[in-house]
Formats: sequence, structure tokens, C-alpha cells
Amino acid sequence: MTDPDRLLSLLEAGLPGSAGRVRRWTNPGPSGQDALLVDPDAALEVALFLRDHPELQLDYCSNVTGVDWLPREVTESVTTTETVGGETKEVTKKVTRTEPGYLEAVYHLYSVALRHGPVILRLRAAGREAPAPLPSLTPVWRSAEFQEREIFDLYGISFSGHPDLRRLLLWDEFEGHPMRKDYVAPDEDGLPAIETAAAKGEANR
Amino acid sequence: MTTMGTTDESLRQDLARRGVHVTSLESLYNWGRAHSLWPLQFGLACCAIEMIAATMARHDLARFGAEVFRPSPRQADLMIVAGTVTKKMAPMVVRLYNQMANPKYVIAMGACAISGGPFREGYNVLRGIDRYLPVDLYIPGCPPRPEALLHGVIRLQELIRGEKLSGPGRSRAADPAVPGEYPIPNYGPAGLRPPFNPDLWQPPSDPDAAPDDGSDAVTPRETTA
Repeated sequence: MTDPDRLLSLLEAGLPGSAGRVRRWTNPGPSGQDALLVDPDAALEVALFLRDHPELQLDYCSNVTGVDWLPREVTESVTTTETVGGETKEVTKKVTRTEPGYLEAVYHLYSVALRHGPVILRLRAAGREAPAPLPSLTPVWRSAEFQEREIFDLYGISFSGHPDLRRLLLWDEFEGHPMRKDYVAPDEDGLPAIETAAAKGEANR
Repeated sequence: MTTMGTTDESLRQDLARRGVHVTSLESLYNWGRAHSLWPLQFGLACCAIEMIAATMARHDLARFGAEVFRPSPRQADLMIVAGTVTKKMAPMVVRLYNQMANPKYVIAMGACAISGGPFREGYNVLRGIDRYLPVDLYIPGCPPRPEALLHGVIRLQELIRGEKLSGPGRSRAADPAVPGEYPIPNYGPAGLRPPFNPDLWQPPSDPDAAPDDGSDAVTPRETTA
């Protein structure tokens, strides 16, 4: 029922506009909980569809969280055919490129009426720079309100359409978003910095 | 009635055995205060659970006259800072201290209240309440067991009973030069402004040195009878 492929076929049938804007995101982790990676522009209509479809009735958003993905270097082996001196041969080279970082908001949806779930939505902001906009799903699930505020506070994703987007945990004067992996709290004692993983640039991914 | 300094302690005990009690106003006053410490009823984290356990039947803080937890700082003598003080909460803790009436005492209970503890490197954790408040007693532990808190209260009672009310070396409450309230820190762009009260706390000059001398500290070894 909540298998991403089944959801995709339902979306294809009931919401033709979402074609190509929702795809299956395979979770490489041991949980294997695959998700729907939703294009931010289509997020609101997809969310409404998932909530209101009689076969899904995903009426309960249990959790919203943010994820910070740092830019990372990817090394790939690329095989090309080259012609050297009239002789054609395959050459394998290692190519290193940098994948840009991005911020994600992850929504966990359940159906209380039909007792199934979770369905996981992932919304990906274009980059890590402020304001990193994403559409707010609070108009669809009211329970997302505080959690989107928390993500705004700690990750710096600004949710457009949120009724009351303010910092939730930290005070308004605070600068920066401390749950980002490259955040280093300034040392206020003037002591030599303790070498943490974050300070050494070896943040966990 | 005579003052403590002129009374021979052995003579006093000898008289007490014969049913004649000689005391000083100072020791009578301190005896009364030491046995009716009214703590402020507030807790910040898991240490507060141990503090609650200390008041319950098994450990029974009432045996030491300190069971009357007051929900108002105006009626409290003792602030037990039980738990992690976040930077967001620190101004309120200082404000509560300022609202308490003299004489008043502060116990920093647990690793977090002493130094930030396991959350010391956190972006929103105050690295010890002694940056803003004069701490009388540190109780290490994570969290300290109720016995350690009881031991801390006993040590605080000893401290109160040894206090002088006048002259040099008098108690903080009796000294008009010592402030009864301390500046409340403000929220800044990356923490509290100022990050500490320089009159109460200074960063250690040698970062490898121990941050506290621990002279008043209750060590777990002392508490396990």
C-alpha cells in the first residue's frame, strides 16, 4: 500500500501534473526505507493528493526533520575510447568531481484511518545558501508547523507559505544554523580550540 | 549570653552536660538557618529527577530541614541548579537568583551545572553556572545520586554554621560590599553577552590546568558510606 512504486502509479493516474517531478529515492542504509523525492514545485499538490486519496488517506504527519548534505567529492572511473596514432583503444581514467551540497526536509506520513505508513517524502532545496527555499506543508498537515520552524531555526531552510516562520529553539538574535554540519560554535573564552571533528573539517556525513 | 569567641568550647560542653546551655546569637542564628534551608523548586534536566528522589521517602531530605521546596524565589534560601543550563535558560536562572532574598546559597548539582558536562561543546549549553552566579557548593556526578545531594546539603549546613555575621571574613549575605544580585546576560548573535561575569569567573590562564580547585566539592567516594 505504501510502497513507493505503488504510490508513484497512483500519482501517475490521479495527478498527471506530477509526472517526472516525483521519483523513488532508494535508501542505501540498512533500514532500506525508500522515499519519494518530490520536486519542491510539486510538493504541495502531491502532499494534498497523498492526504486526500481514498486509498492512501495519509492524514498524519508524525515527523519532519532536516538533513544537511555537504558538498562531496566523488571519484569515478570513466572509460573512453581514444585514438592514438591510428590505434583505437579503451582508456579508463579516474575522474574526481565535486557534487554540490544541499539541504533536505524529510516528512514521515502515516494514515491513522487506514493504519498504514510510513510514507517518506524528501524535499530537496536547491543549495545550502540562505534562504534555501522550500514550500511549507503546514497548510496540509498542521503538525508540521513547529517542526518546520525548528528546521528553519537549526538548518536555515525557509518554508514559503508557513504561517509563522520564526526561530523555535534559539533566540531571534542568534546568527547561523547550528545543526549544519559545517557549523562551529565560536569560542567565547579565548582558549585554544578543542579539536573536535567539526573543527577539523571531518564532519560526519 | 556571650559571644562565641570568648566562650571556651570545653567549658561550654561541660556546662551543657550539666544542663546549662551557653550560646551566642551568631551560632543560634546559624543553627536555625542551617536547619531550615528552603530550596527553590526548579529543575533543568535529569539531575532534577535525582533531586526529587532525594526529597522522597527513601532518602528524605526532610531529615535535614530542606524539604520545603518553594515555588517562589522570594521564599527560597537555596538554589539547587540541577541540570544542564542552556544559554537560553541562563538569564532566567540569574533572574531567579536575583529575586531570592538574602542570605541565599547556590549548589551546582551535576556535571552540566558545574561545567556544561557532556554537552560542554554544544552551541547552546552554558559551561557552568558559576560564570554568572556565586556557587557555594559543587556536587559532581552525572547525575549525582540522592546521597550525594544529601551530603552536599550537610556540607552546606556546616558552611552556614561556620559563618560569621560581622567582622572580617563574614558571610556574603552580611557583607554590604558583596552584591545581592548579578547582571543578567543578554542574548547575542552566537551566545550570551557577556559570556561570563568577570567578577565571578575568569577563563583559566593555563588551559591545561583544572578549571575548578574543587575544594568544596563532594566527591562520590565521600558519599558512599
